[in-house]
Amino acid sequence: MATVAEPNKNLKTGLKYLLLVLVALVFLFPMVFMVVSSLKPDLQLLRDTSSIAAFLPVGDISLDNYFAAFRRAPIGLFVFNSVFVTGLTVIGSLFLCSLAGFAFAFLEFRGKNLVLSIVIATLIVPFETIAVPMLMVVNTLPFVGPNGLQWGWLNTYHVQIVPFLADALTIFLFVQYFRDLPKELIEAARLDGATWFQVYAMVIMPIAGPVIATAAILKFLAMYNQYLWPLMVTQSEQFRPVMVGLQYFFQLNTAWGEVMAYLSLITLPVLAFYLFLQRAFIASIASTGIKG
Amino acid sequence: MAGLEFKGVHKSYGKVDVIKGVDLSIAHGEFVVFVGPSGCGKSTLLRMVAGLEDITAGELTIGERVVNQVQPRDRGVAMVFQSYALYPHMSVYDNVGFGLRLKKTPKDIRDQKIREAARILQMEHLLDRKPAQLSGGQRQRVAIGRAIVRQPEVFLFDEPLSNLDAALRMDMRMEISKLHQELGATMIYVTHDQVEAMTLADKIVVLNAGVVQQVGSPLELYHHPENLFVAGFIGSPKMNFLKVTAEKTDAGLTIAGADLEETTIAASGSQVSTGDRITLGLRPHDFIESADGRLRGVVELVERLGNETIVNVRLAGGTQVIAALDGDSHLEVGHEARFGFAPEKLHLFDADGQTIAR
Ligand SMILES: Nc1ncnc2c1ncn2[C@@H]1O[C@H](COP(=O)(O)OP(=O)(O)O)[C@@H](O)[C@H]1O
Ligand SMILES: [Mg+2]
Repeated sequence: MATVAEPNKNLKTGLKYLLLVLVALVFLFPMVFMVVSSLKPDLQLLRDTSSIAAFLPVGDISLDNYFAAFRRAPIGLFVFNSVFVTGLTVIGSLFLCSLAGFAFAFLEFRGKNLVLSIVIATLIVPFETIAVPMLMVVNTLPFVGPNGLQWGWLNTYHVQIVPFLADALTIFLFVQYFRDLPKELIEAARLDGATWFQVYAMVIMPIAGPVIATAAILKFLAMYNQYLWPLMVTQSEQFRPVMVGLQYFFQLNTAWGEVMAYLSLITLPVLAFYLFLQRAFIASIASTGIKG
Repeated sequence: MAGLEFKGVHKSYGKVDVIKGVDLSIAHGEFVVFVGPSGCGKSTLLRMVAGLEDITAGELTIGERVVNQVQPRDRGVAMVFQSYALYPHMSVYDNVGFGLRLKKTPKDIRDQKIREAARILQMEHLLDRKPAQLSGGQRQRVAIGRAIVRQPEVFLFDEPLSNLDAALRMDMRMEISKLHQELGATMIYVTHDQVEAMTLADKIVVLNAGVVQQVGSPLELYHHPENLFVAGFIGSPKMNFLKVTAEKTDAGLTIAGADLEETTIAASGSQVSTGDRITLGLRPHDFIESADGRLRGVVELVERLGNETIVNVRLAGGTQVIAALDGDSHLEVGHEARFGFAPEKLHLFDADGQTIAR
């Protein structure tokens, strides 16, 4: 039996890897194109697009586009703004949404199912439809900051953070994950004397690594890619994130090399975040024995 | 000192009544087993003691206190779950010590108690491991250890052994029994396995469909079941039941049926009138091979276990019964045989399944 099955199995594994390689290429090619192009002068860049050379670092290779990009836009500021806003939002939303998910999954309260249904229903509302009403709301909200009480949230960091702290998708992810955990775990902790918050903090969150990683990645990407909202609420350069910063490179005639250099630079934080999460993710699975 | 008192305890989920009025006293230090078929409400009753389920109606007292509204952690109870419910991210040491940590017990006292529990349960060498690195039996020990360190007044066990293999189950059963003697705490133990119930309990509570059928010591239940359900549930192999018709005579009660030739037994028979259809119960171990026995049938299966011989017999009326005979019985499959019994070993049940007083 085993000897008959062997070649078949090898073939299957081979096909699987072939497929994975193809998929990887589909995802890698744009990145390779972006990085390679960022090293070429505009003329050569455009000429190469019609051949395989588009993916190869050949011809007149230099870092000139990067220097030009830094001269054109305050890239450091934009990246800082994006990372700052995204980071705070990810951390805040993981905390708030996991608390909400915990309540929906484990606590009994009147109207729970109705509230959860409403939360999930908001998943189908596109952001574009509520962007303008939301702008009008934040424009009139008070905020107490270092400069005392102020009205209107435009041109700030918090206008980019607070509206996105709680979202249905993240709550939903946590609810689903928590519901699949054994109920006895919570009960045992309750009998051991844990308050609900201690159950959350000491028993549930430590074994929620997989869902935390998933939610963090989705949230990070959504926030880092924000364009419409920051464009609406940040008129001054000081608070603008990377996506809005892209505008600096689409002037009268677009400098494609610089665009590619800029894109390469702002992709770095995303890659770093992925690598960090992947390690945390694997560590969390290894330590709890709970699979994602 | 913590005994328990159930007064008219009810539990419903919406319109479904799961526990239908339980009245029960449990003395301090008693080992009580709730036993009954799957779905009869054993776990629900236990969870109400733990405080994990609300009590729909009635009153539950632990020690001197009515605990209906008391939080689980303030009830002085600890529970061992069927699924162990160990915290997967914590070492055995931290699992056992979690309750103490929450109570802000000083570190040195905590350490002492954890090691003491580990010693009692012989798992000192496991303290650094994670639950995923333990076998089923070891996990169960940790779960028990977690209960012990909190020094509860009442231990609750919900089918703690049903995920273990047979041999391990025997060992753990003995350990739990030993633990009860050592700690002297009140223990409530839930199982669907009547053998576990018989071997562990000071007092058995037989439940069926949310109603207490009978409360008593293992031998009381075995020898004096109050109804058909208890008679059929307690004892292995199960009690045999035959349909017979009763007739009142001067000597007592004369019973006969398709399976049973006319037999007269001494009984006041005050609950019975002539012509009643009643049920006769006879335990397998009360069958006696005898040439003038009142039960006649054909042997259909013989199992020789050495110390005894289990035979399946189809009686004249077609009812199949199981008899446990001496190890050296010569019966073979296909033999026609006769069996007798000592009349005082008979159990009689009226049409409602209640035991007829003798
Ligand atoms: N949360 C619940 N909602 C509705 N019905 C339940 C719930 N928990 C248990 N039940 C029902 O209550 C009955 C008793 O359950 P349980 O106490 O777990 O039985 P046992 O432990 O004796 O097997 C079962 O019929 C079960 O379906
Ligand atoms: Mg149960």
